[in-house]
Amino acid sequence: MTVAAEGSPPLRMARAKGNALLRSEPAQGLALISPTLVYALILLVLPILVVIAHSFWTQNYLTIDRTFTLENYRVALTEPIYRDLLWRSLCISLTVSLLTVLLAYPIAYFISFHGGRHKSLWLFLITIPFWTSYLLRVMSWKVILGYNGVLNSGLMGLGIIDEPSTALLYNSTAVIITLTHAWAAFAILPIFVSLEKVDRTLVEAAKDLGDGPLRSFLRVTLPLSAPGVISAALIVMIPTVGDYVTPKLVGGKDGVMIANAIQAQFGKASNWPLGAALSVTTMVIVTMMAGATVLVIRAVQRLAR
Amino acid sequence: MRALRRFLSGGWLPAYAFLYVVFLYLPVIFLPIFSINTAATPKFPLSGFTLHWYEDLPRTPALLDAAWNSLVVGVSAAILSTVLGILAARSITRYRYPGRRTINGLIMAPLVLPEVIVAISMLLVMLQLGLSLSLFTVVLGHVLVCIPYSMTVLTSGFEGFDRSLEEASADLGESAFGTFRRVTLPMVAPAIISSLLVCFTISLDEFIIAFFLTGTEATLPIYIWGQLRFAAKLPGVLALGTLLLFASFLLMTVAEILRRRAARRTQNEGGLYA
Repeated sequence: MTVAAEGSPPLRMARAKGNALLRSEPAQGLALISPTLVYALILLVLPILVVIAHSFWTQNYLTIDRTFTLENYRVALTEPIYRDLLWRSLCISLTVSLLTVLLAYPIAYFISFHGGRHKSLWLFLITIPFWTSYLLRVMSWKVILGYNGVLNSGLMGLGIIDEPSTALLYNSTAVIITLTHAWAAFAILPIFVSLEKVDRTLVEAAKDLGDGPLRSFLRVTLPLSAPGVISAALIVMIPTVGDYVTPKLVGGKDGVMIANAIQAQFGKASNWPLGAALSVTTMVIVTMMAGATVLVIRAVQRLAR
Repeated sequence: MRALRRFLSGGWLPAYAFLYVVFLYLPVIFLPIFSINTAATPKFPLSGFTLHWYEDLPRTPALLDAAWNSLVVGVSAAILSTVLGILAARSITRYRYPGRRTINGLIMAPLVLPEVIVAISMLLVMLQLGLSLSLFTVVLGHVLVCIPYSMTVLTSGFEGFDRSLEEASADLGESAFGTFRRVTLPMVAPAIISSLLVCFTISLDEFIIAFFLTGTEATLPIYIWGQLRFAAKLPGVLALGTLLLFASFLLMTVAEILRRRAARRTQNEGGLYA
């Protein structure tokens, strides 16, 4: 209805009064977006601020003691269990983002350069599995990798192994495989978009000037698609570091990640401030890792040119 | 040497693309396969065809409750996030103002934040505000994560929207509401329906936020999560999962067709992929 309300009268006024539109345009735009913005402020920004505040407080049973303390951060950063979990989460998310980008790049390249008329069909084909429940996809990996699972029974049926392998499920490799699969499409899309923007005449020019396919790819296409690679890496890295379902279902004891510890603080262990501090620490560290990744990719990009 | 040249010029790409699609679809396909298998554990060789697991589903009251809850949450979240998405997408595509990119980034942020952290932050605030956890709090959470998707779909429908059509309608004497109903709405309706379907699907499948923000009532993914503890219940879960899978496929396919129609009407491509 608001769309209707701002439909046409402002336009007429605008024509009547020269730059009135210019002056009122920001106001109109802001007014129109404000409900959504307020929603995001109340349910995203405010909650994050509350979490940050909690991370400096302490909890006695059910009451929160609001005196400032860094104790939670000391625990989060020095207790071996949290340090290990954090370290493992970072390693897993870095590996997963590296793998997804490496696996996704050729596909994005193929669709962009050789997709022809069927580009959007390809993209649709690749994205559709990802609109299915994440929980279900993790569950299917459990079915595949389990002791009595698809892979074990299949390999035994083919006579490749004699007894089911326990090495497949309940470790960090299982977590990495599952997450790599789960985030594949999210890596393809940004890379595809940046490849679409690569000026094809530049690639032609490189070829005309004597570069072979590999050199022209490395010196023209790849550096120009770096922004897509960067956003793909970040889009995968940041959410996976805090993944909860995958480690819980396929990670076992060796695949537990920081999100499971965070959840425990808000559930069984009931120590909100520590849970908050763990969340903030995770976000800060993964942001730093993301920043470092951006710098590395940019450096490589500059070297390649 | 020739093989190498072929490799470098990308001759291997179609084969790779094919394998990649297999990798993407294979895990998902096992759910339907084992949901019609007689054995209680999912393993090869398959032991026989049955629809037994599906027949059991409607006889489980807890599941029917969960399905109803999911429907209520999904419809509410879809409508709310699409309304908020319409406002934001219209503002972003039509107006230029300072801070536009920042605001856009903020609204899109839930897309790239770890869901657990988004969920526990909302949990903390809701408990502080004294809201008791219920399906309502789940809807609030789902709306937050659905808005970015709604925005993406709607932006592709609204971008390139020719304002002169609205002006023409106004000049020809149509009222503001008439212009909206007879010019604006028909142009953007497919995008709006597409956004509703996308948001409903996301809400239907969403687990983490519902897991943290619900009280005693379960949505379908939470019901599934609870059943996963019991090995004997797995075939039933696989059957339910298969139904959810097909529902999502269907909804997203319709949504994509509509989104493309909307994008074509406003002569614009991109959308979910841009």
